Amino acid sequence: MKFARLVWANLRRNKRRTILTTLSVAVALFLFATLRSVLTTLAGAAEVGSETRLITTNTISIVFPLPQSYYERLRAMEGVEAVSWANWFGGVYRDPQDFFASFAVDSDTYWPIYPEIEVPPEQLRAYMGERTAAIVGPELMKRYGWKVGDRVSLRGTIYPGDWPFTIRGVYRATTKYIDEASFMFHWDYLYEKSDRQADVGWYILQLSDPALAPAVAKRIDDTFRNSSASTETATERAFQASFITMWGNVGFFLNAIGLAVFFAILLVAANTMMMAARERTTEHAVLKALGYGDRLLFGIVMAEAAIVTLLGGLIGVLAARLLFSAATPFDSWMPGFSVTWPTIGLGLAIALVIGLMAGLIPALQAARLPVVQALRRVA
Amino acid sequence: MALVEVRGLTKTYQRDAQVIPVLENLDLDIEKGEFMALMGPSGSGKSTLLNLLAGLDHPTSGSIRVEGQEVSGMSSRQLATWRSRHVGFIFQRYNLLPVLTAFQNVELPLLLTSLSKKERRDHVHTSLNVVGLADRVDHYPRQLSGGQEQRVGIARAIVSDPTLILADEPTGDLDAVAGDEILTLLERLNSEFGKTIVMVTHDPRAADRSHRIMHLEKGVLTR
Repeated sequence: MKFARLVWANLRRNKRRTILTTLSVAVALFLFATLRSVLTTLAGAAEVGSETRLITTNTISIVFPLPQSYYERLRAMEGVEAVSWANWFGGVYRDPQDFFASFAVDSDTYWPIYPEIEVPPEQLRAYMGERTAAIVGPELMKRYGWKVGDRVSLRGTIYPGDWPFTIRGVYRATTKYIDEASFMFHWDYLYEKSDRQADVGWYILQLSDPALAPAVAKRIDDTFRNSSASTETATERAFQASFITMWGNVGFFLNAIGLAVFFAILLVAANTMMMAARERTTEHAVLKALGYGDRLLFGIVMAEAAIVTLLGGLIGVLAARLLFSAATPFDSWMPGFSVTWPTIGLGLAIALVIGLMAGLIPALQAARLPVVQALRRVA
Repeated sequence: MALVEVRGLTKTYQRDAQVIPVLENLDLDIEKGEFMALMGPSGSGKSTLLNLLAGLDHPTSGSIRVEGQEVSGMSSRQLATWRSRHVGFIFQRYNLLPVLTAFQNVELPLLLTSLSKKERRDHVHTSLNVVGLADRVDHYPRQLSGGQEQRVGIARAIVSDPTLILADEPTGDLDAVAGDEILTLLERLNSEFGKTIVMVTHDPRAADRSHRIMHLEKGVLTR
C-alpha cells in the first residue's frame, strides 16, 4: 500500500491518456458483458423450459399448422394430463415496427397449464366472458400506455384485416424467462374471424410424470407419422433449445466477436502501457538508483496496467448491468435478458488478464532496465 | 580503517571484439566524514567510478569495501537493498519525479524501509528543513526553481541517513548563485552532520569547496 500513491500519481501523469484507455476498456467490456449475457440468457431460457410439458408441432416447421382433430387423440394418450394449443398471430399495432409476440390461445385449457403466467382472477373472469378480450404483458401495457378496458386494434400479417380487441387483463410472469411483452387472446376469435381458416400452431401437453416424456413423445409422433400432418414432439425445454439452434451457431459467432474485441483492446492497452513506460525510463533508472529493486518496479508497472483495465472493466460491466436492468427493447426481444453477477465476475477477470498481459512487456523492460546506461542518458 | 576502501579496481567495457579499459587498477580510500571532489576530463571514468561506488555497476576486477562490507561481489538484488540503506545519490539534473510533490519525492527512499507513516513524515520534514524548503513540501517540481529542485534532490539523498552521499555534477545545471547555495549546503551537510560526500565535478571552484580533490586521467587516479 505504501507504493499505491506512486502508482496513482503515475496514472494521473497523463490524465487524458489514462481516461481514454480506461474508457476503451470500458466500452470493450460493456460489449463483452452484453454479448455474454445474450448467451447466458439463451442458455437460461433453454434451462427453464418445463420438463413436464411437451410441445407438438408440425414436422416440417412450426409455421405449418396441425389439425384440430388431433386434440382428442392427444388428450387420450396415456400419461397426458391436459392438452392445450396456441397459434402465432403475428399482428402489428399501428406501424409495422410496433411488432410484438401475439398468440391465439385456447383459453379454457391454456391458463391452467401455465401456472407461471399469473392473471388476477377477476380479470381472467372478465376475459373469459368476452370473445374479443385480450390479456397483455405489463411491458406492452407500459410501452403503449394501455389500460385495462382499452380497445386496441391489431393488423393481421398472417390473418389479414383489422382485429379489434379489448384488454381485459394483465398477466405477470413468475419466471424471468417468460416474455412480459406478449399479447394473448381467444383462439376461438381467431378461428371465427378468419372464416374458420385458422388451425392449431402447436399443442402443449401436460404430463403426469416427466419420466414419461420420451415414451409419450415417441408414441405421439408414431401415431401421426403417416397422417397428412406428421408431428414432432419434444419437451418444452428441448423445444426452447431448438429455437436457440435456429439462431445458428450463435455461441461461436458471439465468442468470435468477443475474442476479436479482447485482442483489439489488449493491443490498445499494451501500446498505451508501453508508451507510458517508455516515457518514464529516466524515472525508473532514478528509482533503481535509490534502491528500488527489479521486482518492485515490475510490480509497480503491472499494478498501473491492472488498475487501468480493472477500472475500465468495472465501468463497462456495471454500465451494462445498470442499463439492462432498466426496461430496454431487449426485454421483448429476449425475455429475462440481464447481466448476471457471474458475467460481471468473468468480465473483471478478463479485464485483469488484459491488464496483466498489457503490462507484462513494459514491466519487464522496467525491471531489466540497465540502470547505468539509462542514467548516463539523463544524468 | 577508511569508510570506503577501493583496491585494484578495474572496469572495462566490451564493444564487439574490442575491450575498452575505463578504470585501471585503481586504489582509493575515503575517510568517514570526508568531502572529496573527483575531477577529470570527459571520458576519464569519473561517472563510472561513482556508479561503482554507488553499487549501480559491477567492477571487472578489484574490490570495493564500504564500512568493511564487500560491495563488489553482491548480486543485483543485494546491491539494490544495499543502495537503499547506504547511498544517497544527487543527480546533475535533479531527476525528481514530476508527478510527486517535494514531500513525496523526498519520501521515496523511505518507502523501502519499515518506518511507519509518521516516522517517514518526520524524516521527510527534517530533511526538507535542513535544505531550507520546509515551506515547499506540497510544491511540485515544476513549481520550483532549479536550485530548489536540486535542494529537494539533496533532501531525498539524505533522508534515509545514508553512509555515503554521491553527487554527480550537482551544480552542473545551475547558475552561479544557485550553484553556490548548493555547494554551501553540501559543505554544511559535511561539517554539521558529518556526512561523507564524493562529488564529481568539472568546476574547479566547486572542487575547491571540498577537502580533497582527486583527478582521474584515462582511468588512473592522480592527486
